[in-house]
Amino acid sequence: MSAPVLALVVAPGGAPERPSLEALTLARRLAGDLGAPLEAVIVAEPADARSGAASLAGLRLEAAIVIEHDALTLDHPDGWASTIAQVIASRGPAAVVGKGTELGNDLLARVAARLDLPMAANLVSVEPGDRYRLTRQRWAGSLLEDCWLDAPTRLLTVAPNAVPADEPDGSPPPTIETFAPELTAADLAVHVTSREPSERGGVSLADAKVVVGGGRGVGSTEGFADLEELAGLLGGAVGGSRVVTSAGWRPHADQIGQTGLRIAPELYIACGISGAIQHIVGCKAAKHILAINTDPDAPIMSVADYAVIGDLHQVLPAVSAEIRRRTSA
Amino acid sequence: MNILVCVKRVPATGGRIVLTPDGQDIDTRYLGFTVSPHEECAVEEAVRIVEARGGTSTVLTLGPAAAEEQLRDAMAIGIDRAVLLETDGRDWDPVATSRAIVAAIQAQEAATGPFDLVLFGNESADSGGFQVGIRVAAALGRPIVTGVKGLVPGDGRIVARREAPRGGWESFELPLPAVVSVKEGINLPRYPSIPGRLRAKKKEVERSSPVWQSGGLEKIVLRLPKEEITAAEVIGRGPEAAPAIVDLLAGFGVLER
Ligand SMILES: Cc1cc2nc3c(=O)[nH]c(=O)nc-3n(C[C@H](O)[C@H](O)[C@H](O)COP(=O)(O)OP(=O)(O)OC[C@H]3O[C@@H](n4cnc5c(N)ncnc54)[C@H](O)[C@@H]3O)c2cc1C
Ligand SMILES: Nc1ncnc2c1ncn2[C@@H]1O[C@H](COP(=O)(O)O)[C@@H](O)[C@H]1O
Repeated sequence: MSAPVLALVVAPGGAPERPSLEALTLARRLAGDLGAPLEAVIVAEPADARSGAASLAGLRLEAAIVIEHDALTLDHPDGWASTIAQVIASRGPAAVVGKGTELGNDLLARVAARLDLPMAANLVSVEPGDRYRLTRQRWAGSLLEDCWLDAPTRLLTVAPNAVPADEPDGSPPPTIETFAPELTAADLAVHVTSREPSERGGVSLADAKVVVGGGRGVGSTEGFADLEELAGLLGGAVGGSRVVTSAGWRPHADQIGQTGLRIAPELYIACGISGAIQHIVGCKAAKHILAINTDPDAPIMSVADYAVIGDLHQVLPAVSAEIRRRTSA
Repeated sequence: MNILVCVKRVPATGGRIVLTPDGQDIDTRYLGFTVSPHEECAVEEAVRIVEARGGTSTVLTLGPAAAEEQLRDAMAIGIDRAVLLETDGRDWDPVATSRAIVAAIQAQEAATGPFDLVLFGNESADSGGFQVGIRVAAALGRPIVTGVKGLVPGDGRIVARREAPRGGWESFELPLPAVVSVKEGINLPRYPSIPGRLRAKKKEVERSSPVWQSGGLEKIVLRLPKEEITAAEVIGRGPEAAPAIVDLLAGFGVLER
């Protein structure tokens, strides 16, 4: 039996997260190329692990490994790193594949540091061999890098939204195996000590169907009133570029881009935004993009679907007025 | 509190990335250089903590000689000391980078005592490996929390706060010495003052030249993703375009509230 490919499937409340199912999909292709069995470790609270494993039915896994340790909750990053390192020692996988979100990278980086192995983050594809040839994202996806990974066990995370997750195909559920790690006090030392609910009311930028984004062109804090008005009429949310958050016109929580939020609304209206790659990487998943800019040659014109050339402080009020006219008529 | 903050020199790319003909690097002939916004905020956080609690702050980078510019930028807003681990400018993978940083920290600590806190960015702007801070913490045997957007240092301990994966906030209390990686938004970095820049110009930069050793990851070539360059359809000019815009909104089905 050749060394398995091990996927890490994070399943809060027993429901596998989409980025983990995307990672599982890349792991399945890799296992196919290697002619190796595909296994998954369920990363969940003790009470949810079995339901998490059962929900992987139809995804052609040989085994789903349920971790048994009553002190190991999702609040213990080093506890999970130690556990996964012990699973690696016991099952000797050719590769371990996890999701490339913040916490997915954090977890596998802790495993890599513990085992002194290299790790490749945010992959879009992998070709096995004695050296693996990978394609991974740089600049949050604005650039790709082909690279070699040379290691006895290959630690890989998969860039979110880069590998569409396979649908279950009705094949039988995986056999469930259990693994009880030995965890020291040091393994459990770093853990969440308190929680607070989110204080932001209203439509969140992540969920809004319409986002009205403002850049340097808005000009001031008060200048955002035109964007707030339009967003209000459309039940949408207001976001911004790094220029407006650095200027203190908007809180950083509103920043869309490489070091801010990634949004995927139905419509993104970019007002007074030039379209730097670090901003675009945060909004290019929008279904439609409308740019409102005084400069017809701004870089955003090669990303947006539609554009209006003009001063946003004249165009936006006219749009709001037109919406009011039509809805009251 | 003695604090070290690690920064990485990256090109300040703007509207579009242009690669060198051999695909080995970004063409930086017309570009300035900067550090990730996460690291700018890490530098600001180090200065604020030392301002509030006393101690000294040190900024470190592993990079080409020109990376001295990023160290001076940090000193211009108040960082006390600077360390340059000078390379020939080639790409250092995360394992090689972390090994060199750990060796430098151990040398610094042997000379001037331990760093209570080592600050990193959550991820570097260019390669984005999400791992150098974690590797350095593991090698030093110190706790680390990543993605931090709030820090409250105390005596012998620190509370680090970050956004929870499923909404809201979660906090970790760590004993010192500790390692933290921060995200932009933890604070709003100050602009350097003229006297600050002048002081930074005159400050010494400690230098050493670490030996490169492969860590298992080796770049082959850089490529631009196949983004189909579309040309936006201009549907109007000025406020007269409002009806056309509202027709568009109706078409997308986003008009009904
Ligand atoms: C590592 C790194 C990470 C970064 N992360 C982010 C990030 O997360 N998010 C982000 O946004 N940026 C980020 N940036 C910054 C990014 O590179 C750009 O600097 C920034 O996005 C530019 O913001 P802007 O478009 O508002 O400003 P500008 O680039 O100055 O563009 C202003 C635009 O407004 C137009 N304009 C001016 N006045 C008007 C008017 N009255 N009406 C209509 N149009 C007008 C102008 O023609 C211009 O196109 C990052 C940079 C780096 C190096
Ligand atoms: N060459 C470098 N010199 C100094 N610090 C670095 C270097 N590369 C990465 N770092 C630090 O490690 C963090 C994470 O980097 P990465 O693992 O590449 O995402 C960065 O935000 C920096 O704080």
